Amino acid sequence: MDFLATIGRTFLVFLNATGRLAMFAGLGVSHCLRPPYYLRQILRQMIDIGYYSLPVVGLTALFTGMVLALQSHSGFARFQAEGAIATVVVLSITRELGPVLGGLMVAGRIGAAMAAEIGTMRVTEQIDALSTLSTNPFKYLVAPRLIAGLTMLPILVLVADIIGVFGGFLVSVYRLDFNPASYLQRTWEFLEPVDVISGLVKAAVFGFVVALMGCYFGYHSKGGAQGVGQATTNAVVAASIMILVFNYLLTGIFFSDK
Amino acid sequence: MSDTTNGGTEINGAAGNGTPKIALRGVHKRFGQKVVLDGIDLTVNKGESMVVIGGSGTGKSVMLKCILGLLHPDSGQIQVDGENTTHLHGRDREKLLHKFGMLFQGAALFDSLPVWENVGFGLIQGEHMPRAKAKEIAIAKLGAVGLGPEVAELFPAELSGGMQKRVGLARAIADEPDIIFFDEPTTGLDPIMADVINELIVQCVKDLGATAVTITHDMASARKIADHVSMIHKGRIIWTGHANDIDHSGNPYVDQFVNGRAEGPIKMQVRAL
Repeated sequence: MDFLATIGRTFLVFLNATGRLAMFAGLGVSHCLRPPYYLRQILRQMIDIGYYSLPVVGLTALFTGMVLALQSHSGFARFQAEGAIATVVVLSITRELGPVLGGLMVAGRIGAAMAAEIGTMRVTEQIDALSTLSTNPFKYLVAPRLIAGLTMLPILVLVADIIGVFGGFLVSVYRLDFNPASYLQRTWEFLEPVDVISGLVKAAVFGFVVALMGCYFGYHSKGGAQGVGQATTNAVVAASIMILVFNYLLTGIFFSDK
Repeated sequence: MSDTTNGGTEINGAAGNGTPKIALRGVHKRFGQKVVLDGIDLTVNKGESMVVIGGSGTGKSVMLKCILGLLHPDSGQIQVDGENTTHLHGRDREKLLHKFGMLFQGAALFDSLPVWENVGFGLIQGEHMPRAKAKEIAIAKLGAVGLGPEVAELFPAELSGGMQKRVGLARAIADEPDIIFFDEPTTGLDPIMADVINELIVQCVKDLGATAVTITHDMASARKIADHVSMIHKGRIIWTGHANDIDHSGNPYVDQFVNGRAEGPIKMQVRAL
């Protein structure tokens, strides 16, 4: 019976946590939709997510594109299908690797930073101070981050898509001796709008998830430095797992009929 | 019952002039099994400086947070200017908080903003004042707590503990609140800086004509700031009286605390709340 009780307790804890997260998300979204907006805060977060993450996400995309070209070349050579490399690179990058790897890198960079910043604000009573200064912490801290995550990650991933395809192009042309013009032509040939758009929608969801996790764990952190550290870890781990889960669900929605 | 002795001057109930500024009636708050506030009754009249003393973990901070609405009491009533504010939320709560200023224990300055923006935060965000005008006022308020305009552009991390407290004080008084809370204003400061802060608190409260509630365990600070003193123990107010009566309260709990003796009716609490 003890065993069953443990299962029950764990399940209740899980439901409790899910409910709290859902309520937090609902409150955050409702503050995103209602004025006033703190434009400075939104802008600051946008620059942080969109601009300062560019090197990390760009490098990730570049090397991913390069590796994809190399891998698919060595693999496809076994059945003389090297011509498909350009298509494989562009589809993999835009549909999957751009948003997922971009999302994971941003989770590590931004999710952690958000959890640490908001967590420190929580344990040093800065969030209480916001409230006493008649400023709603959800409006001032959470909403700008959610808005910035939701809007900036698609832009970031669009840039990453281009850089990733360029990485594949570089390797194919300079290392594998492809003809540049025909490589680019093949890149375009089988690319459909839905490939890019699905990737960007994923990116928007991932951006929202990363910001939400950073805010949620930061906001509820307690117990000083250790608590903030724990919040940061939880935010990154939860955001990463949710990115992978949502990636599967969204792929199912976009491409299930094919 | 010696626990509820109400010595010194009678200031509860209708003894004050008109409606009390803040009134707590039977406020209870518990976290899980732990009862923190066990029926707090406290009256603070307009324009007076009330100091609430008590050991660590007796519920002082929780009481302030309940009044501000940062925590919600489980039962009981909290009145500000005669109005029940216990269940205010959202905009109504924000409107009420315009009346309040608070100096936090660790100053709680926003470390991403320069000093002047910290001081002017309530003016810019709460009252939508143009930034240039808010900066002017912020610099004037910094002057009022003895800091020059050159401090305005620094970031909180560049300041010493005492200076951070001063900036926190300037922020608390910036939009000229009716009521100011001081959460352990002298904790962590050297005795001289502590006295400077005490002087500033007395001065600022007097200049604004504000009602002040201070929670502290620093008796030197309490003696300097207080008009009236209440002692909190195990989540209840066990004594209230005039600041001058603190040394002959006739209450063994108060005596032990004021004289800082390990021996007495108060046993040390080991676990934090």
